[in-house]
Amino acid sequence: MERLIQTLVDGVATGSLYGALALAVVLIFRTSGIVNFAQGEMAMFSTFAAWGLLEAGLPVGLAILATLGLSLLGGMVIERVLMRPFEGGDHLTLAIVTLGLFILVNSGAGWIWGFENRSFPSIFPDDTIGVGGVDVPLESVGIVVLLLAVVGVLYLFFQRTKLGLALRAVSVNPESSRLSGISVGRTLMVGWGIAALVGALAGALIAPRLFLDVNFMGGVLIYSFAAATLGGFDSPLGAIVGGWIIGVTEDLATTYVDFIGSDLKILVPLVIILVVLLVRPAGLFGTREVTRV
Amino acid sequence: MTGDRRLKLGGFAVVLVIALALPFLFGAYQVGQFTLVLCYAIAVLGLNLLVGYGGLISLGHGAFFALGAYTSAILIDKADVAPLATVPVAAAVCFAAGLLLGLPALRIRGLYLALVTLAVAIAVPQLIKRFDALTGGTQGLNVPRPTTPSWVPLADDQFLYFLTLAFAIVMFVLAANLVRGRIGRALAAMRESEAAAKATGVNLARLKTGAFAVSALYAGVGGSLYVFSIGFVAPESFTLTISFAFLAAVVVGGLGTIGGAIFGALFIEFVPVYASDVNEALAGVIYGAVLIAFMFALRDGVMGLLRQIAQALTTKEGRDERETAVRLAGGDRRRGAAPSGGMRA
Repeated sequence: MERLIQTLVDGVATGSLYGALALAVVLIFRTSGIVNFAQGEMAMFSTFAAWGLLEAGLPVGLAILATLGLSLLGGMVIERVLMRPFEGGDHLTLAIVTLGLFILVNSGAGWIWGFENRSFPSIFPDDTIGVGGVDVPLESVGIVVLLLAVVGVLYLFFQRTKLGLALRAVSVNPESSRLSGISVGRTLMVGWGIAALVGALAGALIAPRLFLDVNFMGGVLIYSFAAATLGGFDSPLGAIVGGWIIGVTEDLATTYVDFIGSDLKILVPLVIILVVLLVRPAGLFGTREVTRV
Repeated sequence: MTGDRRLKLGGFAVVLVIALALPFLFGAYQVGQFTLVLCYAIAVLGLNLLVGYGGLISLGHGAFFALGAYTSAILIDKADVAPLATVPVAAAVCFAAGLLLGLPALRIRGLYLALVTLAVAIAVPQLIKRFDALTGGTQGLNVPRPTTPSWVPLADDQFLYFLTLAFAIVMFVLAANLVRGRIGRALAAMRESEAAAKATGVNLARLKTGAFAVSALYAGVGGSLYVFSIGFVAPESFTLTISFAFLAAVVVGGLGTIGGAIFGALFIEFVPVYASDVNEALAGVIYGAVLIAFMFALRDGVMGLLRQIAQALTTKEGRDERETAVRLAGGDRRRGAAPSGGMRA
C-alpha cells in the first residue's frame, strides 16, 4: 500500500513535468497550428544555459530565473527569425522547419557544451515529509505546487490581460484578428516566448531527476506528446491532466509490470497515443476538428 | 511533355552510366561507401513517396530500415537462410508493420503520423536491446555477407555493389511507374487538398495507409541490403539520427522527385564522414540548417535546381524548336510560382 501511494505521488510529480512541456506544445499549437517538434530541445538548450550560469557561480534559483527570461527572449527571436517567413504555410513545410530546428538546437548544444552527462541541482531541499505514514519527497510536492501556480498565472494572463485576449483571438481566427487591429505576427511571437519559458521551467525541473545531456529531453518530448494527445491537442487543461495520467501510468507500469521494467517504458506513451487515436481522436478535453470546404 | 520526358530519360541514362562505371574507378573502401549510398537511396526514395508525393511526414523511417536490417540479419544468422532470399521477407515484414502502424495514426490527420513515428524511432534501440536473445542486444549480430559466385569475374566489393545496384534499379523503376499512374495522381490530389481529393472519389484512408506501407517496404529493402554491405547490425546504428538523416536526404534531393533520392543519399553518406573531422556535432548542425534553408529558398531541392539548369540549356539549344521552348518556359514559370503561392494561401 505504501509502495502504491509513493508510486502514485511520484507519478503525479513526473506527470506534472510532462504536463509542463505538453503545455508549451499546446500553447504554440493553439495559437499558430504548429506542432513544435523542437519544444523539448529548446527546453534542453535553456537548461544547459542555466547550467552554464551555475558553473559561472550563480545560485541555482537565480540561474533558473535568468534562464526563464532568456528563454522568453529566445522563443520570441526564433519565432521572428525562423517561423515568421513560413507563417500560414502548409503542415509539411512547418513540420520540416521545426524538425530542422530540433536537429539544429540539439547539435548546437552538443557543439557548445559537449556530449557528456552532467548533474543539475534541484531547487527543492532533498527532504521528505510524512503524510499518513508515507514519506513524500519534498521535491515532488514542490513540483506539483509550482506547476499549479504556473497554470494559475497563465490562466489569469489569458483571461484578464489584453495580450492574453489577443492570443486567444489569433488562435480562433487570425484573419479577423488582423482586421480588428491585432498584430498577428507580434502576438505569435509572444506565444512562442511564453512556450519557451514554460518549456525551460520544465527542463530545469526535469534535469535533476535525470542526467543533463543533449538528448535528455528526447524521451520527455514523447511523453509530452502523449499527454497532449490524451488531453486534446488544443486544451491547456488537457495537457496537465494528460501529463498526470501519463506519469502515473508510466510509474505503475514500470513498478508492477515486470515485462515492461525500465527498458520498455518508452512504449507506454506510444501505446497511449495509439489507443487515444483509435478510441477518442480528439482527446479528453480537445475540440473535434471540423473542416470547412 | 515530350521534352520533359526526354530530359528525364537522358538524366536516367547519365546516372546509370556513372553508376555502372563507379566500381571500376574507385578502391574497395569507396565502392563500399557507394554501396551504402544505394541502400540509403532506396530508403530515401520510399520516404519521398510518402513525404514528397503524399504530403505525409514520417520521422520513423529509421525504424523500418532497422526492422528490414534485423529481419535479414536474424534470418541469416539464426535460420541459415540464403541472404538474397531474406530481402523479400524483410520487404513483406516492413509492409505489414507499416499497415499496422498506419491504421490508427492516419485516421485523423497526417500530423499524428509524425508523432507516432517519432515515438517509434525513439523506442527502436530500446526494443532491440530488450529482445537480446534474438537481436544480440548491444553486442549486435555479425552476419556473413553474400559470397561472390565463382563464375563472376568481380571482386567482392564490386559484386556487392552491382547486386545492390540491381535492386536499386528495380525499386526506382517501380517507384517511377507508381507515381506516374493513377496512384501518383491520387497522392498529388491528396497532398494539394484532402477535401477535393475525397470529393473526386479518392479513398483517403486506404491511400494513406497504402502509401505508408509501401514507403515502409522501401525502407525495409534498403535496411536488408545495408546488412549485406556492412555485415553487422547493432542498436547504435538505428537511433533517431538515421530517421532525421533520411528526412534531410529527401529535402536535399527534392520533395516529390524520384532521382532526388540519389543526391540525398550521397549527401547523408558523405557529409558526416567529412563533418566529423571538424566536430562531432557538425553533421547535425548541417542537417538542421539544410532542412530550414532548403524549405526557405530551394524547396525543390537539387532536382529542382538541375531541372531549371537543364531547361535553360535545352531552350538555348533548341531555339529552332520554338514550340518546345515556349512550353518549357511556361512550365518553368508555373513550377516557380507554385511554392510561394502555396505558402501564402
